[in-house]
Amino acid sequence: MNQQAISDLITKMADDELVLGHRNSEWTGLGPVMEEDIAFSSMAQDQIGHALALYRIQEEHMGGPDPDAFAFLRPAAEFKCCHLVEMPIGSYDFSLMRHFLFDHAEAVRYESLLQSEFAPLQQLARKLKGELKYHTLHADAWILQLGRAGGESYERMQAALDTCFPLACGIFEPGEADQALINDNIYPGEKVLYERWLDNIYRVLVKASLNMPDPAAITPAYGGRYGQHTPHLQPLLEEMGAVLRLDPAARW
Amino acid sequence: MTADHTIANIYAALEQVMDPEIPVLSVLDLGMITAVTIEDDTAHIKMIPTFAACPAINFIQQRIQEAVAGATGMPVRVTIDKEAHWHSKRLSEAAKEKLRNFGIAPPGIHEGELRAEMLMNTPCPHCGSKNTYLRSPFGATLCRAVHYCKDCGMVFEQFKPVG
Repeated sequence: MNQQAISDLITKMADDELVLGHRNSEWTGLGPVMEEDIAFSSMAQDQIGHALALYRIQEEHMGGPDPDAFAFLRPAAEFKCCHLVEMPIGSYDFSLMRHFLFDHAEAVRYESLLQSEFAPLQQLARKLKGELKYHTLHADAWILQLGRAGGESYERMQAALDTCFPLACGIFEPGEADQALINDNIYPGEKVLYERWLDNIYRVLVKASLNMPDPAAITPAYGGRYGQHTPHLQPLLEEMGAVLRLDPAARW
Repeated sequence: MTADHTIANIYAALEQVMDPEIPVLSVLDLGMITAVTIEDDTAHIKMIPTFAACPAINFIQQRIQEAVAGATGMPVRVTIDKEAHWHSKRLSEAAKEKLRNFGIAPPGIHEGELRAEMLMNTPCPHCGSKNTYLRSPFGATLCRAVHYCKDCGMVFEQFKPVG
């Protein structure tokens, strides 16, 4: 097995969850209704927990660094998150559409990892599968409700989809070592996951009468997996690591 | 091995370790314990969290450590079992009854994939009516969803089903 390739796969997955977890936590106290405030706070908690579980796999099975230091003291250029997760929370339609597109991507990724030859990822996938179901249930319910509501609601959801879709396609930016990971049955590769994801989101979007942009006509937001980020990541990392950097060796 | 150092005594101690969020359920009721063994006169307890990101897990781990060490006087090692994962069938019938009496609806029984319909018409723990709807799949803790009973007008929580 190609250890570096596995480690890079885990890093990009964990960085996505860590960064989006922090973005989603920005809705705590600001949600449009109480239930949504709690939902985004809960999903943030899940995502940061999943990031920790992934960083721990690197630490325990691959000789990786301490998860806290890795999460909070790394420079932006060493992060492998996609651009979708870096964007500010914006308005609620944007955050909801991002959540829908991202969590469906997570669902197909973890579903595929149930067959992974890398045991720690396979075990984690079994654990997270049931939890992720609640994320997609939540997202689908709101996409359907707001898409079918017509008027301004429909227009805003369609506009959010048009904005988010190219960003979300960046989740599936091909990795340099994808072929090695496919050959070793670690995971099926980004291209396969992308196709499955398109099928799954299309099924929900059609029911909501929302028009999925033509994947051939958009430019996916690539670069994140190779350390090229939007200007939004650096300030977020500074905020996330501010307390730890005061005294990285402090015992809590 | 002295008289107190038995598997039965370890289980008796575990019965006293309650979930910090649902104080009527012990870690055994919740199905969080996956193995109890004694090796070289050390108790080894394997446990799993209900939800991966449960913030109470380290606290519960420590409580188990203290309770078993206190009751048996033996060294105790509590580890997270990575090979097992929690699902709602790990809750015993007795545990579900305790949940209902505490005002939380227990998870329904389901086979295979969880679907949205499975969360509909969850029986209200207060009046028993099935004339209820899901308000949100997320509640005060990661393991709970929020429902509303149209008959008695109460908002109630449910321990989420997980497959």
